[in-house]
Amino acid sequence: MRAVCWWGKGEVRVTDVPEPKIINPHDAIVRVTLTAICGSDLHLYDGYVPTMMRGDVLGHEFMGEVVEVGSDVKNLRPGDRVIVPFPIACGRCWFCQQKLWSLCDNTNPNAWMVEALLGYGTAGIYGYSHMYGGYAGGQAEYVRIPFADTNPMKIPDNLPDEKVLFLTDILPTGYMAAENCEIKPGDVVAVWGAGPVGLFAVASARLLGAERVIVIDRVRERLELAQKHWNAEILNYEEVEDTFDALKQMTGGRGPDRCIDAVGMEGHGHTLDAVYDRVKQAMKLQFDRAHTLRQALHACRKGGTVSIPGVYAGFIDKVPFGTAFGKGLTLKMGQTHVQNYTAPLLERIQRGDIDPSVIITHRASLEQAPEMYRTFREKEDECIKVVMRPQRSAT
Amino acid sequence: MATTEETFDRSAKSAETNVGNPERWLSVIAGSALAAYGLKRRSLQGLLLSGIGGALVWRGATGHCNVYDTLGISTATDNDGGQVSVPYGRGIRVEKTMTINATPEQLFSFWRNFENLPRFMDHLESVKVIDSKRSHWAARGPAGLDAEWDAEIINEVPNELIGWRSVEGSRVNNAGSVHFNRATGDRGTEVKVVLRYDPPAGLIGAAFAKLFGEDPAYQVQEDLRRLKQLIETGEIATIENQPSGRK
Repeated sequence: MRAVCWWGKGEVRVTDVPEPKIINPHDAIVRVTLTAICGSDLHLYDGYVPTMMRGDVLGHEFMGEVVEVGSDVKNLRPGDRVIVPFPIACGRCWFCQQKLWSLCDNTNPNAWMVEALLGYGTAGIYGYSHMYGGYAGGQAEYVRIPFADTNPMKIPDNLPDEKVLFLTDILPTGYMAAENCEIKPGDVVAVWGAGPVGLFAVASARLLGAERVIVIDRVRERLELAQKHWNAEILNYEEVEDTFDALKQMTGGRGPDRCIDAVGMEGHGHTLDAVYDRVKQAMKLQFDRAHTLRQALHACRKGGTVSIPGVYAGFIDKVPFGTAFGKGLTLKMGQTHVQNYTAPLLERIQRGDIDPSVIITHRASLEQAPEMYRTFREKEDECIKVVMRPQRSAT
Repeated sequence: MATTEETFDRSAKSAETNVGNPERWLSVIAGSALAAYGLKRRSLQGLLLSGIGGALVWRGATGHCNVYDTLGISTATDNDGGQVSVPYGRGIRVEKTMTINATPEQLFSFWRNFENLPRFMDHLESVKVIDSKRSHWAARGPAGLDAEWDAEIINEVPNELIGWRSVEGSRVNNAGSVHFNRATGDRGTEVKVVLRYDPPAGLIGAAFAKLFGEDPAYQVQEDLRRLKQLIETGEIATIENQPSGRK
């Protein structure tokens, strides 16, 4: 079959790889009908995630049709149309029972690698380096789904792929970021970053009752999208002298009640040594990216909430912790527990509360992956979100 | 003052000679060789080997073996008497704990059937139960080296603990115990494994690698992780034989 493989920093290749097989009794095989490139795939593309190996199949946002199930999978049948959450959860450990799916104890065969960094292991993730399990990803014609009895969600036939694909990651990620804010009537929410996750955080803040939403970015078409679909107020940080001051003025001197950092920073780590090396190696980038978090902590109103869906993995420098303490801020963060949101968000999509497909700007075949990674990376051609169809059949 | 005396008393007792003279010489010679070899390798593994070598030299020089102590074994006779008593340096001891979402009863009965152990202990080829107390263990080693020994259960409290040791005459002396303690709240059971291991001189390198790989603590930790996966989910997470561009 054809698959998008990581080939080193700045290089992906579409190549022939063997088809996946059922290995464990709770596995299923899915024939992928639509997959996307995630902003976090760019961390891999840019070489900031250690424990990638040449030839690893990429992709953790994908959906398709079940073609085969293992002996212990009773809830799915060949022919079912499913979306597959990016964190793989076993559904049986204490963390899964607490609905903390992305912190699952049992699905990462290389949990010891994450343990070296975090002290404790976390769930396996498709196509996201060997420290997250080394699972082959979904930017391929077929993919193996472990614990298919727990993770995939069936999709009704009347909903097109493009409307439901983002239930796998970015829509729940934006939604959980807004939910973590515990938005109350009258709240003003500020969202840093108008990439796909930031845009869905804006949309979700609206759904959860924010009275005003301010989105901060410098990419014009992304800001305009947030304004057009979710009536966000836009703040182009390249057009103001001081973002903090601008935010303060926009909020009557109070500051935003809830702040969402949907930017994060590049650079996952492995061992402390490796993390530190990367910090040193990418020092400039590190400072640039942590800037968002510092600004969010600084701008947030007294007693407010800072929610962080953007990925942080290593160390960050000069975080104004005294500011967070002094203002009594609440900080919420972490990998998305996607499985909590798939069903309620599907319902919202069916009701027409939200149409996630509006962020798609590029539709491509799998063969175009190398070009699409580049385009997305460089934000060329007004690129916001790329989806790819792996099946080479008609259309 | 009294406390200090007590401490001395205890260490004097634990430092009793329990290794016979010929074996002590073997320990010193093999230990020195291993330490030198290990240091020459200039690697983590080498360092580990030299550490074991050092422990063996210590064992030979002091005539005390911690593992023998645990097993209640002594190869020393009265004729060996009069040797210097020095507190013994540590043997190889590994202790790891993992919380598993199951009851102590479930875990005890799973473990008590020793034939289940190779399902999650990577280095074990097979365990065959001989009778209610005794079992025959076979471990897989690098380069086709195998180790086999008989073990017997020496302590057993239903749903709480199992203790076992290799029987006399085994090439690989080892003892282990597993403890099942109910965790707080609804978190399941804390499974604690303690392994002690003391290979006789001459077989060191190979037997050590066979039993524990390069890093015994890592090996036990990963064995426990696999047990947790097996008990909680019925399968062990793997990416073996999955597609990649490496073919």
